Amino acid sequence: MDFTTFLWTTLGAFLTLATFSFLYKDNPFYKLAEHLVVGVSAGYFVIIVWHGTMVPNLFQKLADGDWFMLWLNSTQPWYIVPGILGILMWTRFSRKYGWLSRWPMALYIGIAAGVAVPLEMSNKVNKQLVATMVDINWSNFMGTGFFDPFSGLANLLIFIGVIAGLIYFFFSKAHTGAVGGVAKLGIWTLMIGFGASFGFTVMARISLFINRLQYLDKNWREAAFDSSNPNYGAGFQIVFWLIIALIVVYVVREIMTHLSHKKANSATE
Amino acid sequence: MNFFDRLMRLDRRWVFLFLTVVCVAGYYVDYSIPIRVTKETRSIYDFIDSLPPGDIVFVAIDYDPSNQAELHPMTYAIMEHAFRKNLRIIFTALSQNGPGMADQAIRDITDSVALDRTYNGIEYKGRQIVNGVDYTFLGYKPYFSIIILSMGQNFRISFPTDYYGTPLDSIPMMRGVLNYDNVACLIDLSGGNITDAWISYGQGRYNFPLALGLTGVMTAQYYPYLNSGQVFGIMGGMLGAAQYERLADNPGLAIDGMRVQLPAHIVILLFIIIGNIGYFVTRRKVQLEGR
Amino acid sequence: MRRQLPFILVFLAGFFMIFQYFVPHERSEFVYEFLLDWLTIIGGFAMALGIWSLIRVSTDKIRRKRENWGYSIITLAGLFSMMFFGITNWEDGSFGFYIYTAEGLSNSMFRHFFDYILIPIQATMFSLLAFFIASAAYRAFRARSVVASLLLLAALIVMMRFNPMFGAWIETVANWLMNVPNLAAQRAIVIGIGLGIVATALKIILGIERGYMGQG
Repeated sequence: MDFTTFLWTTLGAFLTLATFSFLYKDNPFYKLAEHLVVGVSAGYFVIIVWHGTMVPNLFQKLADGDWFMLWLNSTQPWYIVPGILGILMWTRFSRKYGWLSRWPMALYIGIAAGVAVPLEMSNKVNKQLVATMVDINWSNFMGTGFFDPFSGLANLLIFIGVIAGLIYFFFSKAHTGAVGGVAKLGIWTLMIGFGASFGFTVMARISLFINRLQYLDKNWREAAFDSSNPNYGAGFQIVFWLIIALIVVYVVREIMTHLSHKKANSATE
Repeated sequence: MNFFDRLMRLDRRWVFLFLTVVCVAGYYVDYSIPIRVTKETRSIYDFIDSLPPGDIVFVAIDYDPSNQAELHPMTYAIMEHAFRKNLRIIFTALSQNGPGMADQAIRDITDSVALDRTYNGIEYKGRQIVNGVDYTFLGYKPYFSIIILSMGQNFRISFPTDYYGTPLDSIPMMRGVLNYDNVACLIDLSGGNITDAWISYGQGRYNFPLALGLTGVMTAQYYPYLNSGQVFGIMGGMLGAAQYERLADNPGLAIDGMRVQLPAHIVILLFIIIGNIGYFVTRRKVQLEGR
Repeated sequence: MRRQLPFILVFLAGFFMIFQYFVPHERSEFVYEFLLDWLTIIGGFAMALGIWSLIRVSTDKIRRKRENWGYSIITLAGLFSMMFFGITNWEDGSFGFYIYTAEGLSNSMFRHFFDYILIPIQATMFSLLAFFIASAAYRAFRARSVVASLLLLAALIVMMRFNPMFGAWIETVANWLMNVPNLAAQRAIVIGIGLGIVATALKIILGIERGYMGQG
């Protein structure tokens, strides 16, 4: 790692710590990071859409003609139509011509709705129902025990659970009597599902934090003290300790102000 | 105010500090936890492992930096595995900041595959990964469901050029590669609803083998598709990534991170238990006073 | 005209897409591919709307000197420097603008801004959720009833499944939990969502649901 890359890594570490400081309270470092990321992410997106979509999908298709004739003598002049529809999207900001933006919107919404009808029906409803209505494997009913997820018993339990869950969602009939009993089973099944989701969510959130720890330790701290690096120099450690000093100064200042506030409060009491 | 009342009114910043201390301590203590591989992850590994050299794997990198903790290790492990097996990869990135994630992963793995390494007892010579020969990176386009549909007809409809602006027809690896029919499988690594589009509009319409790498938050929701055969494998969160790293004998950030999960989970478990004890104690007190 | 034409367009486009799914003829495939291609381009234009809003809000804040307006300068600086790096390149020693070709994407500054500014901040912002879920676990997850206890129990099993203290059995139970009751629950939800999407899509195509077009 050369020194420039290390400086960039340090910037990343600084911004990581600045963002974490929000856990203590909102402060200028956090605000800086927050506003910076909005701008950089938007600028990044502009470039990705420009080089990724506008140029290859539109301009290059119109550009093979003579520049002075614009698109007229391009080999694919019809690409001007989506171009115009796209520009109509921008009339949204005008009070007078805003209605024009409804045309490209209508085309998009119509197409999105049209593809959804058969595909969502077949993939989210039909195939799921078909997979529920399987023959129960009686010869392997118990499998390797009650907790075998691929036994005949598991098939039966899935079938019961899905039906009960669906009945719970069915509000056209009051949940009383037998229907109420099945609906209760349904809500129990759903709760196990939500519980499993929650268990996974805890792991997910912790993962995000661990990732930042790994960045601070492996990418930054280790680089600061990695003397096997051919480009290594005293600058690495100086930069590292400068950032640490900055944090310590901030923390000490916060504690001091906190204590003096406490003193002032107890004095007024 | 007794002990439990105090506990219930604790400033949450103490909770934050406690979690931080435990995670940092867990990070620096040297121990390991067993990573047991589930069937869901193994089927993805086995599928890729059994492909003959030269086959094309489609890797959809549909996540932003916000989800990199869980999905980046999966991407790295799969890419390393596929390139070592001499497979070719097509990448897309249909989330807003996805292209940067893919770009970073490609750079890192290119460096890594250039070295000699041994995985699962097999020695692999380092080789140079070449853009256009070993992989093609298609990049980002807006409206992911439309893009997924159009790629089923022909990759060239939405992607006349790749991410770097090279026309698809002049990329050696894309010669004769028309649509999903020419790829062995598609692995979607996603942190959002793009996964639904891959299932309904991609696999559902064009019928290719689809596997999912998901963030932990989403994982539980996609099990029905596994059972119905619409997807052939699921990697769930950091644990899924760690399982793949274990299978590929390529320990990375996920296996390293799973160590810290253990103390962190125990802390959260303790919080739930303490919270519940406090709740029942104070509730009983309220009931007694009510009488 | 202003109101009716878009609804006719929605109906025609939606109906065509359904028709095309069931009747995949050569001609209908031709139109299908064209529509998908065109939508990509329209999408490109649509994405710019959000950027324009961001610029407008930020400049407005700076001009009127609203609270914290200084930070809006940082937002705009980030935006414009990223756009500048994306269309320039000086890797080979000579500086050049590359507006119609993609050299800017391999500009090292463009990559560094992504790798060392965007990734750390965005990843850290989401990692704050780890702390909020810990605090929520402490305050909100109470075994108030049978249903809530069931949720907690399932969560605990899934959370503890990689804890070596419990041995392999917890993994077996967690695996069963994911593949049987969880699967049943999620499947009921998926079927419900699927029916919901189809119903809404049909209502949109048939012009029963019109709220998405806004007023005017």
